[in-house]
Amino acid sequence: MSLDKSAVAHIATLARIRVSESEKEQLVHELNKILHWVEQLGEIETEGVEPMTSVAEMTLPMREDVVTDGNRRDDILGNAPAAAHGFFTVPKVVE
Amino acid sequence: MTALTRLTIAEARAGLAKKEFSARELARAFTAAVERAKPLNAFITETPEKALEMADASDARRARGEALPLDGIPLGIKDLFCTKGILTTAGSHILDGFHPPYESTVTQKLWDAGAVCLGKLNMDEFAMGSSNTTSYYGPVESPWRRPGDNRPLVPGGSSGGSAAAVAARAVMAATGTDTGGSIRQPAGFCGIVGMKPTYGRCSRWGIVAFASSLDQAGPMTRTVRDAAIMLGVMAGHDPKDSTSAPLPVPDFEKALTGDVRGLKVGIPREYRVDGMPAEIERLWAEGVEWLKAAGAQPVEISLKMTKYALPTYYIIAPAEASSNLARYDGVRFGLRVEEGQSLDDMYEATRAAGFGAEVKRRIMIGTYVLSAGYYDAYYLKAQRVRKLIANDFKAAFEHCDVILTPTAPSAAFAIGEKSDDPIAMYLNDVFTVPVNLAGLPGLSVPAGLSSEGLPLGLQVIGRAFDEETVLRVGEVIEKAAAFTAEPAFTAG
Repeated sequence: MSLDKSAVAHIATLARIRVSESEKEQLVHELNKILHWVEQLGEIETEGVEPMTSVAEMTLPMREDVVTDGNRRDDILGNAPAAAHGFFTVPKVVE
Repeated sequence: MTALTRLTIAEARAGLAKKEFSARELARAFTAAVERAKPLNAFITETPEKALEMADASDARRARGEALPLDGIPLGIKDLFCTKGILTTAGSHILDGFHPPYESTVTQKLWDAGAVCLGKLNMDEFAMGSSNTTSYYGPVESPWRRPGDNRPLVPGGSSGGSAAAVAARAVMAATGTDTGGSIRQPAGFCGIVGMKPTYGRCSRWGIVAFASSLDQAGPMTRTVRDAAIMLGVMAGHDPKDSTSAPLPVPDFEKALTGDVRGLKVGIPREYRVDGMPAEIERLWAEGVEWLKAAGAQPVEISLKMTKYALPTYYIIAPAEASSNLARYDGVRFGLRVEEGQSLDDMYEATRAAGFGAEVKRRIMIGTYVLSAGYYDAYYLKAQRVRKLIANDFKAAFEHCDVILTPTAPSAAFAIGEKSDDPIAMYLNDVFTVPVNLAGLPGLSVPAGLSSEGLPLGLQVIGRAFDEETVLRVGEVIEKAAAFTAEPAFTAG
């Protein structure tokens, strides 16, 4: 499997990272090299092997469905690059 | 009297208890050392005033007869741990100005035990790197030099600031985090002790996430005993991290009995990798002899999947990272770059400016292997191989109690070396990554010097939640190795 420039552009869009034309060239080369290297996993027979999603051999614990934190609006907004009237603000999304 | 900055945690604890010096005196000695260590670029944020304030509070507690387990011990904190009100960057431009409104569980436990904060330590951006050269705040220099060669060397990574600061005597000990070797490899490169505990031993809450199924916090210290002391404070169940293990924390220091008689030490034949320097092979064999002399019994074991661990890791870790790093969007914290008109333009411009090249590469690999049509071929495949890797260890531990390996396949290299080839850099972690994939505890102990005069480490791997045996074996190696070499530069 090899990536071309348009595939890299698509991945960059999915990842929401702007890349310039010259960066794309370089990424095609770098990402292909990494992908080619990881593809050696194809040598291993994994038919019937259960995918490992966690090393913790336990089911995730459940807790009471109660509020344990909250009322910290100003704390949460304190790090926002832009906030107004108790809300995060972003560029206009609706015309 | 030994200079205060030369003391181990165990020695400082004794000296403070006997009132040979105060926590304030200790803190002052270290804030001066932090100042002298500036050329290493080991710190992103220094907190000397906070250190003195905390030291005074410590002295007051001790005067009231209420001294705590780590009272007055000055520590550096990797800048991946959120610290309330103190800039926390993860070594990234994208977290510009981020002052967490909360404290990570691990650092809270350290402060609750009386430890003193010297500042936040430099690291590879988002813990992605093995040389501490990807930080937005610039590379960290190792305090070590090859004799007769003045080129600055890497301290290893990603906890490179932590390792450099501990080795240079600028902090008494430090926290690190380890996703694929980020505690053990820099500990090896800098001639200090570094421990990655079992996955789930320490809470991940409040640690900036890289790859959540692999990340684990641990201590970086000058001795195995110090690692045991510090781990005892850092570890423990935390309801805020659903993967933290609801197990009691043993007294790790008590495990250091020096008695390894009858213990079976596994030597994995697949760790004899091509191109590994003969001197590392020799040191490894010497390590086996030390343990044999102490009454342990070496046994050859096989970890067949070893060569597939790195490619597996470089699918799983970027996949998890691409998901974890989706939160950096210019809306809630950190950097925002407004270019163009739309919200998407803002996201894309912010993330283009905020992430460095290695982080972008990994996010894009992760995005690709999780994307529709490729998920099964890459991500699911890697998860299946991960299971086989974990099974290898499980089978091996039916024949042995611990596994002994080198920490890394080379000594430290110069800043700039290996940086043009990502895969050459990834190979640094060939011996450490499998341990993360299997979730096991691993300890790096300084064991000798290379022919170039640079530290080399040996790694002890244990069964899940058996840090006690790992530390006990580590201490026996430490004693036998009697590693007393010092870096070219020390700050205290």
